[in-house]
Amino acid sequence: MSTRLLQRLFFGAITLFLAAPIVIVAGVSLNERQTLAFPPQGLSWSWYAEIFSDPGWRGALLASLALATLSAALATAIALPLAWFLWRRYAPWANIFRLLGVAPFVLPPVITALGLLSFWVTAGGYGQPWTAVISHAIFFVTLPLVTLTLGLDAIDRSLIEAASTMGADDRTVLRTVVFPLILPNLVCGYAFAFVLSLNEYIVAYMTIGFTLETLPIKIFNALRYGYTPTMASVSIFFIAISALVFTLVARWGDLPRLLGALPSDEH
Amino acid sequence: MRREPPRRAADYAPLVFPALMLLVFFVVPFGTMVAVSFFRRQPGGFYTPDFVLGNYERFLSPFFGNVLAFSLALATLAAICAVALAFPFTYLLTRRPRRVQTRWLIGLLSLLSLSEVIIGFAWSTLFSRTAGITNLLVALGLMSQPRALLPSFGAVLTGMVYQALPYAVLVLYPALVRLDPTLIEAARTLGAHPARAFFNVVVPALRSTIVAALIMVFVFELGSYLLPQILGRPQHWTLSVLITDQAIYQSNMPFAAAMALFLVLLSLALVGLTLLIGRKEGAA
Repeated sequence: MSTRLLQRLFFGAITLFLAAPIVIVAGVSLNERQTLAFPPQGLSWSWYAEIFSDPGWRGALLASLALATLSAALATAIALPLAWFLWRRYAPWANIFRLLGVAPFVLPPVITALGLLSFWVTAGGYGQPWTAVISHAIFFVTLPLVTLTLGLDAIDRSLIEAASTMGADDRTVLRTVVFPLILPNLVCGYAFAFVLSLNEYIVAYMTIGFTLETLPIKIFNALRYGYTPTMASVSIFFIAISALVFTLVARWGDLPRLLGALPSDEH
Repeated sequence: MRREPPRRAADYAPLVFPALMLLVFFVVPFGTMVAVSFFRRQPGGFYTPDFVLGNYERFLSPFFGNVLAFSLALATLAAICAVALAFPFTYLLTRRPRRVQTRWLIGLLSLLSLSEVIIGFAWSTLFSRTAGITNLLVALGLMSQPRALLPSFGAVLTGMVYQALPYAVLVLYPALVRLDPTLIEAARTLGAHPARAFFNVVVPALRSTIVAALIMVFVFELGSYLLPQILGRPQHWTLSVLITDQAIYQSNMPFAAAMALFLVLLSLALVGLTLLIGRKEGAA
């Protein structure tokens, strides 16, 4: 049937478009000598070893990992009580904070970056590593906020009622009933914020770009001085981390549902 | 359990930390930026508190006009390409079994979270003379010699469509995955060809979703910052690049802040338009 064939062709073309740059970069990263040839000349994993053995790349990798770990934790710590309050209480005016939590993510990133730059320059602390942690936490607070809101909305409120009737106070309800139910959403929100923070360039650049190199900053700086296969190996390494994290998220939670599908009826 | 309004002071306790963080580190920086946009620039990279409109007057210069027009045209073109590719793709994806969808979503999320630097690097390799696609064309005998395809407008556009495609798919996904399958079945039973059912039933049914997705992707593309620098020439630089350039390299924070504010208002107006479209659809 020609329609099916056309559909296959279209699907295949999109797959090719999405995969091509990654395949090329993966190929380039395996070159034996310092060249960006494709197909690779000789096969070697040495450019992957370079990420860990070269002090510059290793430092950037560690800075990125530290930044992502801490800022995602802070983002989740901001989002959890906010989502809980908005769900638990009837307070329409408090929705302004939901809006504030979503705004940095919807607006072009350069705006948040510039706002934070002018803030840190004025308030002091410009260039300090911790300013980037706070900046990224604010920038990515949207992600845990959205996943937690989805999780809370899916909770059957009669469960909470039952717990309250039996004498549990808010704190106990949160700890024993709500928290276990939204744990997958909490983990997903953290994971999203972690991966995006790892890859973020402009906010990190504007806050700590002149004092510390994260991996994206390091790659961009290296691009100006010519290409090395290490950039390719780092890119592939990052794609692998992202894919791994999202695979774990999919295993832990219902990914299609997190992204807007109706609850699965296959179970 | 009914949601009760907060009554005692302790009821507000969970709100304190998030509210404080968002006010201090988002609202105040934003306010600082607005204030700085009215400040007077001092030669040598500093600025003094003042209330001047000079930073906004520079919007009227032909240079700014060109950059703005180019940014808007580029974002529009990239958004149209991305949504035109993403819509049929997402439609086909949502017809697949849930397990296949999950795998695709993992891949799309990984691509979406990819740093702009990495996307730029990947495409600059793909368009390069040594490792690029022209080598493939030479091998196939279609070209006599490999050549570099960048920097060029086509390279910037390709990179931006690539960057936006996963985003467009994820924006369209909820509406398409919830689309009532009986709608298409009905069209098919009445004898419509699958392609005809798609164009005459699915597309019109989701017209406002498509418009909303176009606006969302457009705003997303306005933020593109590194791709025009890596894949294009200086004349392909966008407003985002110009803002950073003014803030960091020209040390003209007031002008950068004024441009950023302009970008905010533009984005907010467009996002507001999207919400309005969504509300209309909800009411219908």
